[in-house]
Amino acid sequence: MRECMPCKGDKNGGRGEDVKNTAMVGNHAVAYAVMQAKPEVLAVYPITPQTTMLEKLAEYVSKGMLNAKMIKVESEHSAMASIYGASLAGARVFTATSSQGLLYMTEVIYWAGGQRVPIVAGIATRAIGSPWSIWDDHQDFVTERDAIWIQMMAENVQDAYDMTIQAFRISEDKRVIMPVMMGFDGFVLTHTMERLSLLENEDVDKFLPKKDFKLIDFEEPIGIGPIVTQDNYIKYRYKAMQAMERAKGVIEEIAKEYSNTSGREQYGLVEFYKCEDADYVILAMGAWAGDARLAVDELRKNGVKTGLAKLRVLRPFPKEKLAELKDRKAVLVLDREYSYGSGGVLATELKSALYGANLPIYSLIGGIGGKELGPSEIINAMNMVVQGKMDREVWFV
Amino acid sequence: MSSIKELEEESPVSRPSVGSAGKTGTWRVEKPIIDLEACKKCDICILECVENTIDKGSDGYPKIDYNYCKGCGVCANVCPVKAIKMEAEVKM
Repeated sequence: MRECMPCKGDKNGGRGEDVKNTAMVGNHAVAYAVMQAKPEVLAVYPITPQTTMLEKLAEYVSKGMLNAKMIKVESEHSAMASIYGASLAGARVFTATSSQGLLYMTEVIYWAGGQRVPIVAGIATRAIGSPWSIWDDHQDFVTERDAIWIQMMAENVQDAYDMTIQAFRISEDKRVIMPVMMGFDGFVLTHTMERLSLLENEDVDKFLPKKDFKLIDFEEPIGIGPIVTQDNYIKYRYKAMQAMERAKGVIEEIAKEYSNTSGREQYGLVEFYKCEDADYVILAMGAWAGDARLAVDELRKNGVKTGLAKLRVLRPFPKEKLAELKDRKAVLVLDREYSYGSGGVLATELKSALYGANLPIYSLIGGIGGKELGPSEIINAMNMVVQGKMDREVWFV
Repeated sequence: MSSIKELEEESPVSRPSVGSAGKTGTWRVEKPIIDLEACKKCDICILECVENTIDKGSDGYPKIDYNYCKGCGVCANVCPVKAIKMEAEVKM
């Protein structure tokens, strides 16, 4: 297998510091970020398209580049259960999965969310069976949206690398203390080699100091995940809701700090691309935000003032930031997943966030199960929106 | 390394304490009554009580905390001299 080690690269545009420029597939970039984050316990069960990340992590551990205990587990359920315990005991932990594996992990995902345990999980997004598909969509990822987990979604390999490092900081921030999942599109990112810049190990160490707290104390025994009375249950859920709201500010703050560390601008909850004067805006999440970016440039050449709102964080949903879209002529939402019997998840959430605004929101459902949808389809859809010919919801079948 | 103390307002944990699940005595249908004249102070009921609601009193006899005793009847069952009788909570 080709070795994806970073080489010393160019100078970073005037900042006078060395950066590492290299090319990696998404799975290896995330594995590299994880290695630099120095987790002490890993438990990962292989599943396409995540497997090559697990292999790379195992290689880092066996070569001594990552000093971590890698627990061999028999399932995703056990993977999450074991790092849940390790995190309670004070370790920094990581796991990764996809699709059916994520579903199988879900029981413990909810336990970890409710317990407010710092965990980072990489999710190589993939369609859910049946019918069986190994290809990319976002159905698995959005299925976890009520689990008290922060959910971030990367646009490209660089984004996936950057977000993974930030995810550890967000998860362990004492104003938040919550597990974080970082989604990145299966194959489209996991198996695609792209250029990226890596941080120096020392910079990661500075940005991400050693985790300094644990949730169990062997000197003073406690019960974890105890049964509680009705009065107590709702109290913890109310606190989780508040922590999720606080996380919005923390995510923005940590993104800003990471911008300074990396020299790459990070956008926190939402990136607005060419939105200042835009009449029409596309809302998208994940890899095809890149296609939408090309569509925006192309549409602008033809005189349609379009912008892109790239959702970087699905939970907490950035309602306040997206309120910025309420005075536009229309928004076209791209959904790579669907809530059957309701609508595209992002379209539904945007409508809820902009309640009361007099703004037409169009929903394009596409890319389900890996079905190709590129800039030209997005351009066509937006042209139909502009001409008033678009239905409120269209499936690109 | 700081511990759970500062985080437990957020993260649900329990500490060993009396009645962490509320006053479970209200769940009881039958109530164990100890016949002190028959009791031999062998302590078996104290050891076997699944809810830890029986303690050894200063006089050496077992004492049941009815605030938390659920009335499961294990004590009556294990008593070698049949000194514990289960009586209906509600008399018809």
